[in-house]
Amino acid sequence: MIFLLILSFTISAKDTPDDAGGSITINVYNIPEGTEQIELYRLTKGDTLFEEVGLIPIFKGELDDATVMDGVLYLYKATALTPDTVYVAEIKEFASSSPEWFNKSRTSVLLFIALFWVVILVYIQLAKKNPEGLFIRKLPPLEAMDEAVGRATEMGKPVLYVPGIEYITDAGTLASITILAKVGRKVAEYETRIINPHFDPIVMTTAQETLKNAFSEAGRPDAFNKDDVFYLTSEQFGFAAGVDGIMLRERPGAIFLQGYFYAESLILAETGYSIGAIQIAGTNATTQLPFFVAACDYVLLGEEMFAASAYISKEPRLLGSIKGSDLAKSVLLVLIGVGVIFGTFAAIKNVAGNPVYMEIFDRILEFLARTAE
Amino acid sequence: MKKRVPLLITFITGFIIIVSFFVPHRPFGQLETETLIWYAIIFAFTLVIGVDSLVRLHIKHIRKRKKGWWYSIVFFAGFFYCLTIGIISLIQTPNIFQPGTVFFYGYETILIPLQATMFALLAFFVASASYRAFRARNIEATLLLIAAVIVMIGRVPAGYKLWPRLPVIANWIFDVLQIGAMRGILIGVALGAVAMSLRLILGIERTYLS
Repeated sequence: MIFLLILSFTISAKDTPDDAGGSITINVYNIPEGTEQIELYRLTKGDTLFEEVGLIPIFKGELDDATVMDGVLYLYKATALTPDTVYVAEIKEFASSSPEWFNKSRTSVLLFIALFWVVILVYIQLAKKNPEGLFIRKLPPLEAMDEAVGRATEMGKPVLYVPGIEYITDAGTLASITILAKVGRKVAEYETRIINPHFDPIVMTTAQETLKNAFSEAGRPDAFNKDDVFYLTSEQFGFAAGVDGIMLRERPGAIFLQGYFYAESLILAETGYSIGAIQIAGTNATTQLPFFVAACDYVLLGEEMFAASAYISKEPRLLGSIKGSDLAKSVLLVLIGVGVIFGTFAAIKNVAGNPVYMEIFDRILEFLARTAE
Repeated sequence: MKKRVPLLITFITGFIIIVSFFVPHRPFGQLETETLIWYAIIFAFTLVIGVDSLVRLHIKHIRKRKKGWWYSIVFFAGFFYCLTIGIISLIQTPNIFQPGTVFFYGYETILIPLQATMFALLAFFVASASYRAFRARNIEATLLLIAAVIVMIGRVPAGYKLWPRLPVIANWIFDVLQIGAMRGILIGVALGAVAMSLRLILGIERTYLS
């Protein structure tokens, strides 16, 4: 074996950016051909011997040494092993790590959120000043809820409400609790029964309180049965089997599937369909939406779930926030449109020698120029 | 007071989590992970509440001889079986999911096949739901039917044999039309969730407090 110090094979070590400290990023450049592995060594200032850190992935050429201490100086050395040679690269200056006070890679997120929130807050203020000036389009699934509860009451059957299989930390579950309050009030008014099985005990306790309050608001606190709001299991398909069993035994007249669902969505919706119940679904899980659309009578699509509380309460501040979020969406739509135009332009320009595309595009530009004149 | 304290807790927690997203420096950077650890601990305790709710319900079912009360006996059999083998396995090793433990044996031979059976039912449900969804009742349903047929045939070798361009069209439907619509919904969901978070943090949305 020959140990060579080749200038072309180099490494650099710098404090890992935008992190909480305790990490130095090592990059290797000009990896010699035929390298089988790159070993990284580290010398702490004050020590005399290098210690092994680990292997740098060749395809990536980068390694984050997350075993360092903030403020301590380190010297790095890497060896690239080929079948017949060992190449050595070493940094000249000591490197150290330190924590950052701001994650610069998230600046755009911060700007967007700040702008988005300002728009929402402005609309909330406008809504408070002029509550009559707010219009929200009709959401058929929310309109149909009263009808569904009424139908179940007429048939003498209970109402089944499934809040999905996510935890209370999920926005969809919180939106579901809002809808549960509305359904609960209607159920109490109609003096019917609501069955509410749960996947998560925290959601269960929240739902118990929500329903208890809804029954009190409807003037029927005595009609609330705590036992009808219960925990089933935290196993996905165990929960699906349990809810299917309830559907087949209790034969509810109306089924509400509101919240975040996974693969069990169609199992639940199809069983509900088979017993002839009116089904109103709603989910923020985009992958499950097609299944609900196919199997249920009404579906709240994604963001409509989050608008439900404003729609139900008609509270100006909530309606204002919906308006603000709509405006933000419009801005995004325009930005996407601009992006598509630029993207298409770039793609067409790159497809040199395609006269058909270019001619269409030139004509569009010509037309736009004439219109502008 | 009953509502103000939870609202204040929501505001402080929400604000801290937002700050921790942008500030990696200690102690903010670790707060999200810390909160998740707290959540996991609280979740473990709430499982007791869940089990309590389940046991009470089934005891009532048996006592009152409600319709299907014998299912409650099955529940108790399963419950005590899991509890017993869980304790036995815990004596054997701290990790009860380790292959070779009694608990793992029960998990592998009973629970996993039961879950797989439920999952397998999906194939039949997909067939019945597709049949209803693809009935050409109107223009939209007809378009759905055409798109579905192209995608289904285009995704199998027979589709290529039938017409080599079919898989290309199927992929275009999947990668352009489908993804485009899906992203549109996703943007709406994301914005809706951000707006809802703001409403929760500022205490405008209070339904979850009951």
